[in-house]
Amino acid sequence: MEKHSYDVLIIGAGGAGLRAAIAAHENGLRVAIICKSLFGKAHTVMAEGGCAAAMGNVNSNDNWQVHFRDTMRGGKFLNNWRMAELHAKEAPERVWELETYGALFDRTKDGKISQRNFGGHEYPRLAHVGDRTGLEMIRTMQQKIVSLQQDDARAKGAPGADDGRLKVFAEVTITELIKDASGAIAGAFGYYRETGDIVLFKAPAVVVATGGIGKIAKVTSNSWECTGDGMALALRAGARLLNMEFVQFHPTGMVWPPSVKGVLVTESVRGDGGVLRNSDNKRFMFNYVPDVFRRQYAETEEEADRWYTDPEHNRRPPELLPRDEVARAINAEVKAGRGSPHGGIFLDVSTRLSREEILRRLPSMHHQFKELADVDIAAEPMEIGPTCHYVMGGIEVQPDTAATNVPGLFASGEVAGGMHGSNRLGGNSLSDLLVFGKRSGEGAVAYVKSLRGKYPSITEKQLTDCERVAVAPLAHDGESAYDLHDELQQCINDLVGLIRTASELQDALNRIEKLKDRAKRVSAVGGRAFNPGWHLALDLRNMLPVAECMARAALLREESRGGHTRDDFPEMSAEWRQVNLVCAQNATGDSIDVIKQPTPAMRGDLLALFDTDELKKYYTAEEIVSSEVTA
Amino acid sequence: MTQAPEKTSYDAHFRVWRGDATGGELVDFTVEVNEGEVVLDIIHRLQATQAGDLAVRWNCKAGKCGSCSAEVNGRPRLMCMTRMSTFAQDEVITVTPLRTFPVMKDLVTDVSYNYKKAQDVPAFAPPEGIKPGEYRMAQVDVERSQEFRKCIECFLCQDVCHVIRDHDDNKESYAGPRFLMRIAELDMHPLDALDRQHAAQDEYGLGLCNITKCCTEVCPEHIKITDNALIPLKERVADRKYDPLVWLGSKLRRRS
Repeated sequence: MEKHSYDVLIIGAGGAGLRAAIAAHENGLRVAIICKSLFGKAHTVMAEGGCAAAMGNVNSNDNWQVHFRDTMRGGKFLNNWRMAELHAKEAPERVWELETYGALFDRTKDGKISQRNFGGHEYPRLAHVGDRTGLEMIRTMQQKIVSLQQDDARAKGAPGADDGRLKVFAEVTITELIKDASGAIAGAFGYYRETGDIVLFKAPAVVVATGGIGKIAKVTSNSWECTGDGMALALRAGARLLNMEFVQFHPTGMVWPPSVKGVLVTESVRGDGGVLRNSDNKRFMFNYVPDVFRRQYAETEEEADRWYTDPEHNRRPPELLPRDEVARAINAEVKAGRGSPHGGIFLDVSTRLSREEILRRLPSMHHQFKELADVDIAAEPMEIGPTCHYVMGGIEVQPDTAATNVPGLFASGEVAGGMHGSNRLGGNSLSDLLVFGKRSGEGAVAYVKSLRGKYPSITEKQLTDCERVAVAPLAHDGESAYDLHDELQQCINDLVGLIRTASELQDALNRIEKLKDRAKRVSAVGGRAFNPGWHLALDLRNMLPVAECMARAALLREESRGGHTRDDFPEMSAEWRQVNLVCAQNATGDSIDVIKQPTPAMRGDLLALFDTDELKKYYTAEEIVSSEVTA
Repeated sequence: MTQAPEKTSYDAHFRVWRGDATGGELVDFTVEVNEGEVVLDIIHRLQATQAGDLAVRWNCKAGKCGSCSAEVNGRPRLMCMTRMSTFAQDEVITVTPLRTFPVMKDLVTDVSYNYKKAQDVPAFAPPEGIKPGEYRMAQVDVERSQEFRKCIECFLCQDVCHVIRDHDDNKESYAGPRFLMRIAELDMHPLDALDRQHAAQDEYGLGLCNITKCCTEVCPEHIKITDNALIPLKERVADRKYDPLVWLGSKLRRRS
């Protein structure tokens, strides 16, 4: 069996994983990066709109406090406040750093990084490159990794690149984390997708940065890799998942043709002036501004239109409400029979921007609609509808170090939970993965250094167990993974979607239970070499527990907040704001336990950034009284 | 709400190359096609219904990641951006792996050549004395390099370039359009501190390119690789080769 030893193993080569790897390498450790696809193809490339950072380049009133406030409001105050604080404070430095790696963001007139408007952000805040910001970020960090390898070669007086201290293992899937007898991380087991050969990575510290879970849903903006691997690996290793009931449906995914249903339409379309209309040609969002946001949003089309040129004296258009609000509004309009021909609603930017502006600011949207749907967005409206986009929940971590409760296990990026509360603002994921990617790399470094060279060991039995589980589907004679995956997606689509009820969630849990049972005998035809049926069978082993976490937590949380809407409990509850739901694997390893855990109380100086009137909308009366006493 | 147009579906005749490094063959399939679908949808349907172990790379299915490159009826294409409606319903559709790279299995090829070439190009060299946050560049100056940074690394330009498509032995000395474009991108970066023109010619085989524009034609991002990257790079190299003062002057102008 092929075996490697490293100081830090990074699972995931998206933005968070690459930023973690850069941090760990810069601190002198030997680092391996596991990449489920080819290097540079991670789902981060799909991020379009931008990276939120309060640099104040376009509006100098912006600062970290305003960004912090927007983030907490967007997450309906369920966010881990310390993560939101670190994120708002450190995002600008992380973006500027990318320029030193060679990133080329769009510029302001005075040559600084340009920033664009986005939902829920008070000021233009998103650093961007047209509508392909994620591609720029992944490529920049990919090239930075190469640059570090070149530095290592140069230090040895050799030409080219040297990957001895920083190596990318492309097209490798990790199937299990391995711990030693004391419960500390000792390494990870996996296989090469191309050959099916198994491989062991010994490492005392593992950073999980595997991204999201979109592929459990039928209509999603996510790529095939987003199968919840990191969350399931962490669960099986004894870590805990936080806030799994909160799943973001991006309001604007393509709805036609069927084969591209769910593909993302960037929020920048609205940030740059696009409006939402129903089949009566009405800008319906004015009817859906919730009380908590009423003061910040325009009440008439005239005011909303003036905001684009005079944001100081007018309030924002309601199309730029946080994503959860817009997605629910679209859903309600379609249900009321005011949808578009293919079951969405209309998003139109052609009436506000010239063709030239659209081609410059939204080139890949123009291209995507032209090529895939025969729609010219510079001349006509798009048809769009909600699509499963992002999971706010994830692995529970320490805010400052990204450490989990398992010694040696760290997590950052979408796979980690807490930062975004019940709903993430657009643009906050690219900044999240930079800020916490770096912190997770540094957290791993500090942990490894504390071991003083004494690394945990792995037994032969552990390896044979891992291998047996990994190759099992190739020997089974059960159902195909494609069929089971299809059923899981249909179940989540029908029963754990945008709008939820207790009876449907219970039904979903019953179905998931049966799927879990059938999945034990899932089989794959063919051999080990690049066999997608086998790969999917192993991914299914991760998707099922993640789906179960989602459904169980959603059933327990009897309120509506952010990315969790209960038809049977439509109100947001101040009591529930005090509660986090935490999922863990049960003692026998065949099911998920969910426990209620109090949310940490926000530090007084941060609480003081909000008016008491606003806090009253989220906090209980007792909390308000006690916060006034401490403030 | 107005009614959606009725769905139309039909059976298509697909021929898909199946095999590995030791050999293989085109295999015939009859497979359902629905309205609006792309070639990648059909490959996925084959996996789910007829060939569970059919190997294919893909990620985003939206033309943004550059993973699902293959040759469709002999043309290098992204399968996710090749709509079935561009073919006649009775047309045989042949899907084969990229020809320039060694086959691993079915439609999956060994593209490590590209990652090796990426490692050979010296990275962006940050300017001395400018701190993070103090970079100032005009939009008009970053736009030239930004065009090249639209590249999704699908490697279709590498696949189609006859310098290596037809001459495997050139791979050693030739970086291919994608990485020559990377050199051009860095050369045009307003703040990059390295001189790259010499190396372009001597170490990356720019001279082998004879501007047939095949790379530009297949680029799914519509990057004008030949006109905007390769030809200007050749011109800069030529200027410099014959007159060092011209090169020096151009560097000085760029700095101001």
